[in-house]
Amino acid sequence: MAENIKLEIVTPEKAVVSEEAQIVMAPGTLGEFGVLSGHTPFMTSLKIGAVRYVDKEGRERFVFVSGGFAEALPDRVTILAESAERRRDIDVGRAKAAMQRAEDRLRKEKDENIDFTRARAALARATYRIRLAEMPRI
Amino acid sequence: MAALKEVKLKIAAVKKTKQITKAMNMVAASRLRGAQVRMEGFRPYAAKFEEVLGSLSQKAGDQANPLLVPRDEIKHSHIIVITSDRGLCGGFNANIIKRADSLAKERMAKGRKVSFSSFGKRGLDWMRREKLDVVSRNNGIVGSSFGFSVAANAGRKMVSAFLSHEYDEVIVVYSEFVSMAKQVPMSKQLLPIPPIAKQDQAADEDAPYQAEHICEPTPAALLGELLPKNVDVQIHRALLETSTSEHAARMLAMDNATKACKDMIGNLTLAYNKARQAAITAELMDIVGGAEALKG
Repeated sequence: MAENIKLEIVTPEKAVVSEEAQIVMAPGTLGEFGVLSGHTPFMTSLKIGAVRYVDKEGRERFVFVSGGFAEALPDRVTILAESAERRRDIDVGRAKAAMQRAEDRLRKEKDENIDFTRARAALARATYRIRLAEMPRI
Repeated sequence: MAALKEVKLKIAAVKKTKQITKAMNMVAASRLRGAQVRMEGFRPYAAKFEEVLGSLSQKAGDQANPLLVPRDEIKHSHIIVITSDRGLCGGFNANIIKRADSLAKERMAKGRKVSFSSFGKRGLDWMRREKLDVVSRNNGIVGSSFGFSVAANAGRKMVSAFLSHEYDEVIVVYSEFVSMAKQVPMSKQLLPIPPIAKQDQAADEDAPYQAEHICEPTPAALLGELLPKNVDVQIHRALLETSTSEHAARMLAMDNATKACKDMIGNLTLAYNKARQAAITAELMDIVGGAEALKG
């Protein structure tokens, strides 16, 4: 079996994930990418979405990230995100409320540019959170 | 006899004050622990962020980002002042305000327009007293457990105001937590972003072969995304530092107050005992005097 790679997902509040993984897949702005041990140094910004990784026991894990940056080195992957949660920690109720709020705002404030982009980002975050939390477990 | 009662009341009052200061000291101590944990939690993110920023700015090279370019003529300075909401923490807020005041005066003397944002009530009170131009006020944040979104919101406003040439520079004044006994008022330029320290060459020599990073989309584009976030990170750090400092300052101030209460109680008890003794002696003299008179 191939060597493991160290995955670290950090947010300003705390380190969400710090463990060995067999493979890490993350949503880069130019497309999803996968990292195995021995990857060439690589840096990219991330979209809102899910980081997927297989832990050393072979279980597939999911972590929601609200965009950010990823740096891959041969022996480790570091992900900097403003917020990140493991799938089991996602607060679905809150996400649904956020989705409602964002949708309302999008209906009302079509003319104001800044609020529009912000509301769209909020909507995307909420949608991804809900989708991830409600995904059937394998 | 009246003096005796007064002293007794005074002792009771000081004892109660001591109980309060002692309790405040303990509350501050437990909050300080919380604040320190949050600061610890932020450190890995900040460290990694700085590392990425340093290596990227090296790679992006001369492609200047508008956030990095100093303005030729500074017309409007914006100062963010971070203080605590509550007092009873010694000279903590006064020191921060003094710092902000000298920065503002310096700029006003050059004929620049200066506006303010406040985090914390104490700083806001000062701005109101001095009739300064306050753009945004944020109470109830410093000293509590706030999220990164507070700094992110403030940072976004600063960046857009800077880019639209409303502000030509943005400075943050806060208190840096050096140790339990030492908190230093600090000022830091947020925008334009001061030149970023390049990664030291010494580290590169240890690892002679380090392949270049592949960057997606491009180093300059990545830097363009990172730089505004850097402002958020700096504000968040300043907020955390000030919160921790506030609790440490209050803990120390309350510890001193408790000690002062103890001294005062000691002195008052001494005075009380002396007065009591004097009263007893006087009474005794009376009785003895009376007995002598009867005998005679």
